[in-house]
Amino acid sequence: MATLQSLDIRRRSASTEAPPQVRQGSLEVAKLIDVSKCIGCKACQAACLAWNDLVEPVGTFEGSYDNPPDLTPTSWTVMKFTEYEKGDDLEWLIRKDGCMHCDDPGCLKACPAPGAIVQYTNGIVDFVSENCIGCGYCVKGCPFNVPRISKVDRKAYKCTLCVDRVAVGQAPACAKACPTQAIYFGSKDDMIDHAEKRIIDLKSRGFAKAGLYDPPGVGGTHVMYVLHHADQPSLYAGLPDDPRISPMVGFWKGVMKPISLAAIAFAGVFGFLHYVTKGPNEVSESDQRKGDDLAGRKGT
Amino acid sequence: MSEDRKAVARYTTAARINHWITAGSLILLALSGMALFHPSLFFLTNLFGGGQATRAIHPWIGVVLAISFLGLFFRFVTLNFWNRDDTIWMKNLGKVINDKEEGMPEVGKYNAGQKLVFWGQSILILLLFGSGIVLWDVYFEDYTTVDQKRLSAVIHALCAIGAILIWIVHVYAAIWVKGTLRAMTRGSVTRGWSWKHHRKWFRQEVEKP
Ligand code: HEM
Ligand code: SF4
Ligand code: SF4
Repeated sequence: MATLQSLDIRRRSASTEAPPQVRQGSLEVAKLIDVSKCIGCKACQAACLAWNDLVEPVGTFEGSYDNPPDLTPTSWTVMKFTEYEKGDDLEWLIRKDGCMHCDDPGCLKACPAPGAIVQYTNGIVDFVSENCIGCGYCVKGCPFNVPRISKVDRKAYKCTLCVDRVAVGQAPACAKACPTQAIYFGSKDDMIDHAEKRIIDLKSRGFAKAGLYDPPGVGGTHVMYVLHHADQPSLYAGLPDDPRISPMVGFWKGVMKPISLAAIAFAGVFGFLHYVTKGPNEVSESDQRKGDDLAGRKGT
Repeated sequence: MSEDRKAVARYTTAARINHWITAGSLILLALSGMALFHPSLFFLTNLFGGGQATRAIHPWIGVVLAISFLGLFFRFVTLNFWNRDDTIWMKNLGKVINDKEEGMPEVGKYNAGQKLVFWGQSILILLLFGSGIVLWDVYFEDYTTVDQKRLSAVIHALCAIGAILIWIVHVYAAIWVKGTLRAMTRGSVTRGWSWKHHRKWFRQEVEKP
């Protein structure tokens, strides 16, 4: 969407230019989703569609409350419902799924199109759709299975963290809409402080393993969860326990590139040097004569 | 060839057309693929009408290459089986690249280096086709898991680099060894060239009624 200034760009996909660095002291923002306070009303889902002017086509019933059943090119956030049974106890775990705005974003690392994905200094990772070529590499790069390629225009879409609202000092639409205030928005430091208070409260109410989900494997995220079972994130509809950029993507987008280009350049240079030092491999007069003799013996 | 009675026929017109379709599609694939492989080469997308167009066209050129290469494969496979002389040839590669081939076993239609190019490209294009299909999200997105797609991306990029390196060797050999290119442009080579580089094949050709 690119609504912040180019001065605010920290990283830009597939770019060899250095990002601007003159502006200092930008505040890192974060959204904190308190799963324990969520009642699954989907106001945030509706607000997301409304603010971003998107329409999710009418789907079919899939046997659960999840609707649509997964993220789509138009539904950038989806409530995921999990029935967690522990002995006689049933817990209804409801997680608001969507882009985590990783500090080390695998999508951006994988993207081959210059400027199709940017990360702002405030931590928001945004897809700049006009530059997207629809290759789907971001899907492979993302450890959270978030980006979706539209069948209509073959471009990648995901939550923007309402960067257009944040740029003018507003909280994301979902945070604004949540009736239980399960979604907070502010500086990352403030969100961590607030999460700590919530965790103390949850622990006092019997959730001994309550904790903050800010996974270090991706450098932390700018969307964080307060979980009642922070020791088992995967309970929450498969939230990765220890997300990190796949080593295959790391290799593909890391060492492989310079080594490959160097190998190709080396082959070219080697050929050139071989030619200038050895000269062309030419057929000599005597080869020509012997060739004629052989053919001549047959009378051709 | 009537205008050049002294030439030795090496490739039929059909084989040459087949070769040039393969060569053209391989070059276009390398250019369009490398555009997405490294940011500093993204400018190559301009050759194909922009990033989206490059992304969309590349796999289709891949289909052309796969079909065309299959044709070359069946044309030439029987001439590319490995034999003992090829092993000797490879052991003397140092002599070959110094243009000092005296005393080496006589070479049939293809030398060991050419055979390695043949088998190398056969295997790599097979792998490129397989991994390329997995990456072709427009049609095949729903058939594989994301981890399989990640692995395919790694295989595809590695094989592409391998194929490009072999291509460089192949093209350089054709430039270095004078008189080779006309085999693919005109279909025939000189007697001297045949004597020097593929004497066993030349003898067989001469023996032909
Ligand atoms: C044989 C059939 C082939 C198919 C079906 C195929 C398909 C694909 C697809 C689907 C992609 C992802 C980008 C896109 O959607 O366009 C891709 C990328 C690529 N292809 Fe191919 N391809 C084939 C052959 C080749 C060949 C022969 C080469 C090189 C000589 C090549 C080099 C590349 C490269 C370098 C990339 C970018 C990889 C990266 O980003 O790391 N491809 N190919
Ligand atoms: S969750 Fe996925 S799409 Fe979002 S920033 Fe992280 S890697 Fe990118
Ligand atoms: S599909 Fe994803 S990786 Fe490909 S250009 Fe678009 S944003 Fe970048």
